[in-house]
Amino acid sequence: MRRLLWPILALALLLLVNLIFTPGFFSIQLREGHLYGSLIDILRFGAPLILVSLGMTLVIATGGIDLSVGSIVAIAGALACLLIDQEQGVLVAVVLALGLSMLLGAWNGFLVAAVGIQPIIATLILMVAGRGLAQLITGGQIITVNEPGYKLIGGGYLLTVPFGVLIVLAVLAITAFLTRRLALGVLIESVGGNAEASRLAGIRSRGIIIMVYAFAALCAGVAGLMISSNVSSADGNNAGLWIELDAILAVVIGGTSLAGGRFSLGGTVIGALIIQTLTTTIYSVGVPPETTLLFKALVVTAVCLIQSQAFRDKVFHRRGRPAPPRPVAEEKVRVST
Amino acid sequence: MDAPAPVLRMSGIGKQFPGVRALDRVDLRLLPGEVHALMGENGAGKSTLIKVLTGVHSVDEGAIELDGRPVAFGSPLEARQAGISTVYQEVNLCTNLSVAENILIGREPRRFGRIDWKRMRARARDLLARLELDLDVSAPLSSYSLAIQQMVAIARALDVEARVLILDEPTSSLDADEVGQLFRVMRRLKDEGIAILFVTHFLDQVYEITDRMTILRNGRLVGEYLTSELSQVELVAKMIGQELEALDKLHGEAGSFAEPLVEARGLGRPGAIDPFTLTIHEGQVVGLAGLLGSGRTEVARLLFGADHAGGGQVAIKGEPVSLRTPRAAMNHKIAFCSENRKRDGLIEDLTVRENIILALQATRGWARPVPREQQDELVGKYVKALRISPPDPEIPVRNLSGGNQQKVLLARWLILEPRLLILDEPTRGIDVGAKTEIQRLVAELSGGGVAVLFISAELEEVLRLSHKVAVLRDRRLIAELPNDDDLTKDVIMETIASGGRT
Repeated sequence: MRRLLWPILALALLLLVNLIFTPGFFSIQLREGHLYGSLIDILRFGAPLILVSLGMTLVIATGGIDLSVGSIVAIAGALACLLIDQEQGVLVAVVLALGLSMLLGAWNGFLVAAVGIQPIIATLILMVAGRGLAQLITGGQIITVNEPGYKLIGGGYLLTVPFGVLIVLAVLAITAFLTRRLALGVLIESVGGNAEASRLAGIRSRGIIIMVYAFAALCAGVAGLMISSNVSSADGNNAGLWIELDAILAVVIGGTSLAGGRFSLGGTVIGALIIQTLTTTIYSVGVPPETTLLFKALVVTAVCLIQSQAFRDKVFHRRGRPAPPRPVAEEKVRVST
Repeated sequence: MDAPAPVLRMSGIGKQFPGVRALDRVDLRLLPGEVHALMGENGAGKSTLIKVLTGVHSVDEGAIELDGRPVAFGSPLEARQAGISTVYQEVNLCTNLSVAENILIGREPRRFGRIDWKRMRARARDLLARLELDLDVSAPLSSYSLAIQQMVAIARALDVEARVLILDEPTSSLDADEVGQLFRVMRRLKDEGIAILFVTHFLDQVYEITDRMTILRNGRLVGEYLTSELSQVELVAKMIGQELEALDKLHGEAGSFAEPLVEARGLGRPGAIDPFTLTIHEGQVVGLAGLLGSGRTEVARLLFGADHAGGGQVAIKGEPVSLRTPRAAMNHKIAFCSENRKRDGLIEDLTVRENIILALQATRGWARPVPREQQDELVGKYVKALRISPPDPEIPVRNLSGGNQQKVLLARWLILEPRLLILDEPTRGIDVGAKTEIQRLVAELSGGGVAVLFISAELEEVLRLSHKVAVLRDRRLIAELPNDDDLTKDVIMETIASGGRT
C-alpha cells in the first residue's frame, strides 16, 4: 500500500486545487435520477482511459508495451457503428467489435511471443495500420448512429450511476480476480521480471503473453465502444488518438515499472484518474487553450518527480550525501597489535 | 607484531536493516601491502561490511578512517576517488562494449571534448600489462572468458590510484590456472603497497595468498588472526561457531542399482556437446566432472529440455520420451537448478514465497492457483527444513544472501518431488555451512530414491557425493567411473588429462 501513497497524494492535491477554483467541486447531486457532479464527470469521462490503462498495465508487466490500443479504440467504434448503421442490431455489433479487437490483440501477442518482434515495433505496425483499417471501415466518413441501446454504453445510466463507470468496475473486478485470485498475476510478473528464468521454471510464457495482449486489446475495444457511443458516431481518424500515451503514463504514475515485473492495478486506476482530473482542472482553472498541453506536461513531470525516491531524497532530506568528514577525531591512531 | 599504521580502519561499525541487525560493532583494519581475508558464512555480514565501506550503504554507527582521517562515503564513486576500489563477485561489466571501453568507462581520455580512442587503447593496454595480460583491447569483452573478464574488472579498479583493493569472491568462476594468474597479480599489487581485502569461500586460497584475516559471524566480529597462526579446522570452527563433523563419503555402495531411471542414448547438440550415452538409476548420484567449458552444463540443459537436442533418444523407465521443453521434462519429474542463479533462476522482483512456489504454479497453469494455505504450508516447511534465513517468506528474494537464494531455488524444485534432480554448481559461491547442508540434502534425497545429477567444479565434492562419476572433456563425455575406493581426485584428473584413453 505504501507505494500508492504518492499517487494518492497527487490526486488529492489536484482535487483540492479544483475545490479552490470551483467551490462546488465536491458536491454530488441526484438530478433526474442520475448522479451529477464534477467528481462523477471525472469518473465518467475517465472511464475509457482507465480501461485502456488496465490492459496496458498487464502488457507492461510482461516487459512489453502496446502502442496499438488507440487504433483499436477507433476500429471497435467504427465497426460497431457500421453494423448498427446496417441494422444488424446492437448486440451483434458489440460482440463482433469486441471479437475483432481481441483478434487484433492476439495478433500483437503472436508477433511478440511467437515471432519474437520487439513489442514496440510489433504494436507500432497495428498502430499505423489500424488507423487505416478504421478509416476503411467507415469509408473515410464519420458514421453517425441513432440507437438508444448503443447510447447506453457510453452515455447512459443504470441505477443512477453512469453505465461506463459500472463497466469499469466490472472490468477492474475481473482483472483483479484473474491476476490476484487466480495465478495469472504472479506468472505475468515472473515472465516480465525474468523471462529466461521463467521458462526454466516451466512457465509457458507464449500463451500468457498472447493472452495479455488480447486482453489489452479487448479493454481498448470496450473503451472504443464507450467513446463512440457517447458521441453516437465513429471517427476513424480521431477516436482514441494518443490514448495509448496517456495510458502508458497512467501505468507509470501508478507505480508499475516499464521494465516489467511487479504491477499495481490500483495504482493504474489512480494514475488514470490523475490524468483525467488534470484535464478537468485545465478547464476549471481556465488555462488558456494554447498552453494546455504545456501545462499538462509540467504537472505530469512534477507528479513523476515527486514519486521518485531518489528525487525526494535529494530535494527534501539531502540524504545519501552525508555531511563531509568532521574533523573531530584528530587524535593519533592507536597502533595496536 | 610491530604493525605499520593501518591504511584503513573501521571501528565499531553497526548497520541496521528493517528487521535485521546486519552488523554489530564490527572492527576491521587493513595494513598497507597485505592481503587480508574477510571470512564468514553467508549472511555473516561480509557483503554488508564491504558495502558500508564503499559507500553503497550509509553507516549507522561507528567510524571509518582512511590514512588516519575520518571519512564517510556517500557513493561508490566517492570511495573510488578516495582510493578504495572494488571488484564484485558478479562481474558487472558491459559485455557488448570493448575491453578498453570497459576499463576506462566514464574516464575516457578526451581531446577537444571528443574521446581520444588512440590514447584510450594505449592506456587500457598499459593497465592490462600491469596484470601481465595482452589482449586485443578493441575486441568486445564478450569474446573473452569469464576469467579474463574478471581481470578486466580488476584493471578497471586499478586505473584510479587505488590504496585499497576489495576483491569480493573473484575466484568463484575461475579454474586453477586462472586463479594462479590472479594470485600473481595480487602479490605484485601487494608489493606496491596496496592493501587487498579478499573475500572467498575457498579455504585453500585463503592459506595460499593471505597474510591476515578477519572473521565475522552473524554480523559480529569473531576476531582478527594471522593466517599462519590459525589452522583450517580452527578457522572453520570460528566461522560456523561449532565443530564441523568430518565429512566423509556421504554416498553408499557404488554399482548396486537395479532400476534405470533415465537413459540417454546418443543425445547431443551440435556445437554444444557431442552425442553421449548416460544412464542414471533411481537413487543414484551421478557426478559430472570436467573443466570449465567441458560441456557439463550442456549435458544438464539437454536432459532438462532447456536446449533442443540435435539428435539421440531419452528413455525414462524404459519408455522413450521427448524432452523438447523444460515443461516436458518437468512432466517427467525432472528438475534443474541452474548454475547462474540471477540469470536463469530467481525472479528477483518476487518474494521468497512466490519464487518457491513458481515451478509448482507453472505446472498447474494460471487458472488453478495453489491455495494460499497450501503455499504457506509448503513454503514454511522448506524454509524451515533448508534453514532459509531470514525465515520471512514475504520479503523480496533479492534481499537474501547467495547461499539462501540457492536454497530458495532448491526449495522450488523439491516441492515438485522430482525423480531426477539436476544440480548445476549448487554450492558455488556459498559458504561452508550452507555447502554442507546442501551436500547432506543430496545424500538424503538419494537415500529416498531420488536420482541426482550433480555438477561441481570441486572434485572433492563430486567424489564425496557421487556413486558414479562421468568425466567430460572438450564437450565430450569420455569416461564413466564407478566411485569405489580406487577412485580419487588424481584418477579423475588423470582421466581428464589423458582424454580417457588409458
